[in-house]
Formats: sequence, structure tokens, C-alpha cells
Amino acid sequence: MKKIISGNEAIALGFGDSGGVFASGYPGTPSTETLEEVARLGDVYCEWAPNEKVALESVIGASIAGGRSLSTMKHVGVNVAADALLTLTYTGVNGGLILMVSDDPGMHSSQNEQDSRNYAKFAKVPMLDPSDSQEAYDMVRIGFEISEQFDTPLMLRTTTRISHAKGAVVQQEKIAPQIGEWVKDVPKYVMLPNFGKLKHIEVEARLLKLQEYAETSPLNRVEMRDTELGIITSGVSYQHVREAYPNASILKLGLIHPLPMRKISEFAASVQRLVVVEEMDAIFEEQIRANGIEVEIGKNKLPLCGEINADILRTAIDGTRLEAVSPVEGLPQRPPVFCPSCAHRGLFTILSKLKVFVSGDIGCYTLGALPPMNAMHSVIDMGASISAAHGMAKVNAIAGRTEKPVAVIGDSTFFHSGMTGLMSMAYNGGNALVIIMDNRTTGMTGGQENPGTGLTLQGDDARQVEIAPLVKALGIDNVAELDAYDLKATEAAIKKGLETPGPYVLIDKNPCILRYKIRKPAIHVDQDKCTGCRACLKVACMALGLTASGEKQKVRVDPNVCNGCGICTQMCKFDAMHELEGANNANL
Amino acid sequence: MQIFNIVIAGVGGQGVLMASKVLAESALASNMDVKQNEVHGMAQRGGSVISFVRIGEQVNSPVVMPGSADLLISFEPLEALRYIHYLKPGGRLVYNRVSINPSTVAAGLAVYPDDVEQQIAAACAEAQGIDALSIAREAGNGKAVNMVMVGTVMKHLPLKEEIITEVVKQISQHKGVEVNLKALAGGAAA
Repeated sequence: MKKIISGNEAIALGFGDSGGVFASGYPGTPSTETLEEVARLGDVYCEWAPNEKVALESVIGASIAGGRSLSTMKHVGVNVAADALLTLTYTGVNGGLILMVSDDPGMHSSQNEQDSRNYAKFAKVPMLDPSDSQEAYDMVRIGFEISEQFDTPLMLRTTTRISHAKGAVVQQEKIAPQIGEWVKDVPKYVMLPNFGKLKHIEVEARLLKLQEYAETSPLNRVEMRDTELGIITSGVSYQHVREAYPNASILKLGLIHPLPMRKISEFAASVQRLVVVEEMDAIFEEQIRANGIEVEIGKNKLPLCGEINADILRTAIDGTRLEAVSPVEGLPQRPPVFCPSCAHRGLFTILSKLKVFVSGDIGCYTLGALPPMNAMHSVIDMGASISAAHGMAKVNAIAGRTEKPVAVIGDSTFFHSGMTGLMSMAYNGGNALVIIMDNRTTGMTGGQENPGTGLTLQGDDARQVEIAPLVKALGIDNVAELDAYDLKATEAAIKKGLETPGPYVLIDKNPCILRYKIRKPAIHVDQDKCTGCRACLKVACMALGLTASGEKQKVRVDPNVCNGCGICTQMCKFDAMHELEGANNANL
Repeated sequence: MQIFNIVIAGVGGQGVLMASKVLAESALASNMDVKQNEVHGMAQRGGSVISFVRIGEQVNSPVVMPGSADLLISFEPLEALRYIHYLKPGGRLVYNRVSINPSTVAAGLAVYPDDVEQQIAAACAEAQGIDALSIAREAGNGKAVNMVMVGTVMKHLPLKEEIITEVVKQISQHKGVEVNLKALAGGAAA
């Protein structure tokens, strides 16, 4: 029976149907739903790891113990797991091992636009690149077969338009969980230099064997049509090519590393114009050109940044484009914003007021960088808030500056890689205020469990890590609680943290209102008392707005949106904002 | 048949994705090929959301390009205007007339234009505005705006209304079935 499912759901289903026994990953858009769907299958073990390195290493162990296993992460997660990956390629596998990585061309929800195909080259491992949900499903099974046949980890790469696009999928017959022997094999699994040297030779030989496999595998398919135009492509770009040039001949690559150079050469010789279509880096094109094959159109006309679509292809290849009216200009932007009644709003209202330098991190609180808060001044990668604040403080001390930097980080990001930075700050005599917004969820990716939530991915009870004792154990003496809903107390706590020399940690334990479905009665504005001073608007809440233009504009609260946290009421100097009696918000 | 391109726009939290799911499942149940795609992640937090549904005999790209949508369904007037350039000439727009302030307006950094509906009417001859929130509340839940919108556009889709109704029945949580079906019918009558 056909199902309509996303690429992520398809990979999860493929894992369950292809004998998968162990899966581990860390949430990250657009990869997150894959592991959540594995959990929904119910009969396959899976878990969230605190970070991608731990996830991949656990999966390596699962493979050594003989189980077919899967690790899932977003593109930047592979940077965290790269240490494991670059040596895993030497040891190879026992049970089949797939590393699923989701790229985000167009940066819909990411801090950079890196192309993970570089990792397949770098790690010298095979990589599959599905072009729709059906292929995503099928490639899990064939991926395990390749992994086991060639004794190699395999990367299964998606992009946002594969992970989150839904299409029809027909399932294959489900096979039983695949678990082999657990064997001690020192030269295979212990990468001392002497063993590693031998393994490196094997890796290079393996790559040649994989290239031969790629030449004949149906994963790389020639679709001969009109020979005037020939296009080499893969992934979602294949779909855009079919859309723009239904009559063109296509070499559709499914196994994209190593490339089938003979097949590419034959295809190039059989068409008049050769075009290479790939999103982001010129991975195919550079290799094709290096083999002496002439490419008429590649990155000379197609973008290195952002996504490709049929219109961009037509413009690049023959200069025609769809007649589209331009977007309406000058409309108010609608950027993402803290949810109504989120505790982050209270924190950033005060940080914005105090005008301190905030070293930020990856999570919902990154939105504190946007207007009108403008209260986050650097965001690099997971965990960097604390370690970067430490570096800033050291240079500030050398420069004779007195201002103390503030780091802001969430619970899941702290568990991921904030802890090590804080340990370094304690060890190296640092001087920053660290605010941990412990809302007991991995918020920005949709509310996943983590070591602090008390539940596992599969819904079982788990040990809950308490952050305050952990912070003390890392060597921080000054640890205090924070309640970001109380603006005065928050300001006082932050000031105290800034005035006290040395590392200082504040922990806010208000839970995520979205994840824990917290509902409160809406606030009402007394129009007789409101002077229209707009002080409350500084909290940047969607529930607030001005009354219709005309005479003096006053503030009104949309009761469908307001969730009654009372942060705005603390900004009002005219006692105009109160809880609306008896009425609960209808829309949330 | 030609591919029928639908764009659904709204604000994070309004149920754009559930409406997309209903249309995609209905296409599948009608033995048609379908691709559905949206971008989520940061868009959950009150940001602008856009979703594509493409229905036809064979659908390749999951993306609808500007200037090619047969139908734009917008859950909010400003978002209708933001994505109106996705419509092809002669394309149809159905939008919810109930506005939601963007954070930029709420913070006093921008003004919500007071002529949004006039601009919509000037840009699209086939535009219909409905008060989906009131219809949803009459059906029993203000959150059913998405089902109201689906109800209103049903007659413009290459899909049978009975199939859409059946899909809504199947994917609604038990106590939501009645409200959703009422919302669907209310939308259809609007």
C-alpha cells in the first residue's frame, strides 16, 4: 500500500524494515523527525545522545557488536562527530552502519550552509543521495548491504527538500533484525599507528572497489532522451531538472561518492551540451573536470549559495525564465519570535536594558539577537557561548576593560557541549556570567527529550540530570537560581553576577510553555489608564499591539494569543495591565 | 492532467501543516501523484510559514515557484499579500480576514498596513476573504481555522469533496472529528 511520507519518515521506516537494531542521534533541523519516527515504530531500539559525537560512537559500538545501526544528525552535527567518523572509516564495520546527515541549502534553519558531500570525500566513504521519499526508503536497505559488503560506514545524505518533502512510498518486505557475532579483532578495531597504517591502505583499495561498484550499480542511472542537452545531477536537483527539462538526457547519480567516472565519460560523449547541476559546492563538477571532461554549464552559471529550482536552471541553461510578478515590497517582516509567555522574554528584556555583551548559543534564545531586543552579540556553534565568553573575558582583562561578558545557553546545548567550556572557565580562572535557561527540553527543534527531562526518546523513565550540582562539580562556586518572569529580581541577580569577580552561574528552571503546554488567563489593558507610552512593547510579544490608528494609539492585548505570563504588566508604570478575570485564552 | 499547484501560507501555530496533510492525503486517496513540502524549524515560533502541495499524474519537484500557483490559501491577510506573487495569472486566492500582528508590529517597529485587503483585491481578481476564526468558533474550536480554510477551497480543487471529508475524519483525533467536520462544512458554506 502506498503511503505519503516525508524523507525522514521514509528513512525511519526503511530502517525498521531493513533489519535495523540500534539508532542514536542528536536533534537538528532538518534531520530531527527521523529518530522520532524510529521511536514511533515501537519495535526498534533508539535513543537521543547528548551530542552527535556520542551518538556516532554509540552506533560504532552497536555495529561492532554486530547490529545494523543508524546515526542521525544535521550537517553541522557531523563536525562534532567528525573525530569518530574519520577513524571509523579505517576500522570499518561489523553490522551495517549508516550515518544519515541532513544538509540545509538555503539555510532555512541553520547557522551555515556546509555541503556534507565534502565529508564523504574527506572520510573516503560511500554516500547515497536520494531524490524523493521512495529512494530515501530504498537506500536504507541497499545502504546496509553496501556497508556490510565493503566493510565501510556509509553516509546517507538528505537536504531539507528531501527530509521535509512528502511523497508516495511503497514498502518492501520487512526483514528480521540483523545481528551478527560480537568478535574481538585487535588489528581491525584498535587504531594504533601500526594497525592504522595497514588500514589506510585498505581504505584506498576499498574506494577503488566502490568505484567499480558505482559504474554498474542501478543507483547511478542513465535516462537517454534528446541528446542535445545532457545533465548530470542527483538528489532533489534531479526533480528540478525533470521539471525544467523533461526532454533532456540525464545521468542521475544515487551513489555520489565515489563517482562512476567511466559512466560519466560515456554519458558526456553521448550528448552535445553537458551541464552539471548540484546545490552548493562544485563537488561533481570539479571531479568531472579533473578527469578531462568538458562541462559547458556548472558553477560558472549556477549558484554556490542557496537552493536551486527549475526557474534558476532555465535562466542558467537557456536564459528563459518564468514571468512572475515581484513580491509586494515594504510589508512588515514576520520573523520567528519567543512564544507568548516564554521565560526567555523576561531574560532578554533585562539583558537588553543592561546593554551587556551577550555571547549566545544555538537554541530558541538565539532569537534574543533580533530587534527590538538586540541582546545577543555572537552565536557560532553549539556550546560556544561559554567558551567564547571565557576568551572575551581574558582579552578584556589584558586590555584593562572592566565589563564582564554574559553567556546564555539552554539545557540541551549545555549538556551537548557547554559543560566542557564551563569546566575550562573554572579551571583557567575565567570571569564571565553564565546564564543557563534550563527549560527541560530541546526547544528549537520541537521539544525533544534530553538528559534533563526524565524521559528517554522511547518514553521510558530516566535519570534526570540536575544542573546546579553538575555546575558545582565542574568547579564553579557561585551558583544561584533565576526567575526570568520576575523582572526586578532578574535584574538584581544579573547585576550581582556581573559585580562578583570570577565565574558566576545563574540557572532559570522555568519549563518550556510550549513543550509542557502551560496555559494561563490572558492580560487585559485598561484603556482609560493606558497612556500609549509603549514601554510594554519593549518585551516584543505577539499578543501586544497598538489600537487602530487615529487619535492617540494605545496598547491592546490579543486574548487569543496572550498566555498571561505578566512580563508586560511589569513594564507598565500606569497600572493599566491586569489579568483578565474569568476569560481564558481561546486560541492556544 | 496539468499539475495543480497549491501554496498554503500562515503564521506558525495556525495549523498550516495539518491543512497541507489533508490535501496531500486526499490526493493520494484519489490515486494521484502528490508532493508536499514545507519548511519548519524556526518557523514554529510565530514566524511566517509557507507550504506547497502539488497534485498531478506525475509530480517531480516538491517546490512551487513564484508565478505558478493555481491556488493560494492564506490563513492571515498580510501573509496572503506576502506570497501573492506565487499566483499564476488568473490564479485564485482564498484568505482568512482575521489578522495576527507580526512581532515587528507588536514591538512598535513596524505598522500593520490598514489597506491590506484593498491591495489584495487590486492584485488578484479571484480573491475571497472569509472570517475563518468566527466559523471555527461556531464549529466549536477557534483552532479549527485550518479546517475551515480547507472547507472553503474544496470546490476549487481537482479532488472530490467526499474524499477530503473522509481524510479529515481519518486523521482527526477522536474528539476533534465532530469539530473538524463542522469547520469543514462551515468553510464550504462561506
